[in-house]
Amino acid sequence: MVSWSQSERSAIADLWDKINVDEIGPQSLARVLIVYPWTQRYFGKFGNLNSVAAILGNPKVTAHGKVVLNALDNAVKNLDNIKETYSKLSQLHCEILSVDPDNFRLFADCLTIVIANKFGAAFTPEIQATWQKFLAVVVAAMSSRYF
Amino acid sequence: MLSALEKQILIDLWHKLIPVAEDIGSEALYRMFTTFPKTKTYFGHLDLSHGSGHLRSLGKKIVVAIAEGTTHISTPLFTSSLGYLSRYHAYQLRIHPTNFKLFNHCMLVTLACHLGGDFSAIEHAATDKYLSAYSAVLAEKFR
Repeated sequence: MVSWSQSERSAIADLWDKINVDEIGPQSLARVLIVYPWTQRYFGKFGNLNSVAAILGNPKVTAHGKVVLNALDNAVKNLDNIKETYSKLSQLHCEILSVDPDNFRLFADCLTIVIANKFGAAFTPEIQATWQKFLAVVVAAMSSRYF
Repeated sequence: MLSALEKQILIDLWHKLIPVAEDIGSEALYRMFTTFPKTKTYFGHLDLSHGSGHLRSLGKKIVVAIAEGTTHISTPLFTSSLGYLSRYHAYQLRIHPTNFKLFNHCMLVTLACHLGGDFSAIEHAATDKYLSAYSAVLAEKFR
């Protein structure tokens, strides 16, 4: 069971409030596909992913990026119960989608970098540390129903 | 493998950072110590507070070394030019190589904060590949 201090709770809530999921989500997923090209294996039905420009302009990448980041809202709202919150989603990724869970970490890393790129110096080392603790818990939850 | 275009992007990007090497390097280190506190175990003899003289001097060395390395990307000189650093990390510092990944991530976050629009997906991808190639060389003498 993860414990959160009051300042961690407010750091996560404050940052999340400032994030436009419809902007940050597509950028994060696009960067995963560009920086770690093997992740494209899961998106065979997305059409053209053959270049940076194609990925950035692919409407399915944009749409799915929004879906993923909207799902992160559930963790922000259920900080004390993240594992249970993502139980079904984890099972889906394991049994139906067969996604290697290490890719969740790659998404989390790209999301952090996109946020740093957006907020600059306001994304302080202390906020980064709390944010990545939060994402580590989410990644563990998403990996929890694997086999 | 890095393309000729990526190589040029990296040379330009990292040489632009040399004048601010102390700021960038010390911030990347401080972000690593804050986000991954276990990494502090290797630096017990240093003052790890934000912007300390130790962090600024070590940070500068790291950024300058990474910038100089860009010149040799995708040439046989790349590995040999890092021979000293590779031996130093393997035989003297003996840092668990998983920490290189943590540092690389914090360097990417630092660059994303400082470079704004100049750190697009293309620069991000090229830097990620380059830093992972660089740390592979630092770790290659371990075994």
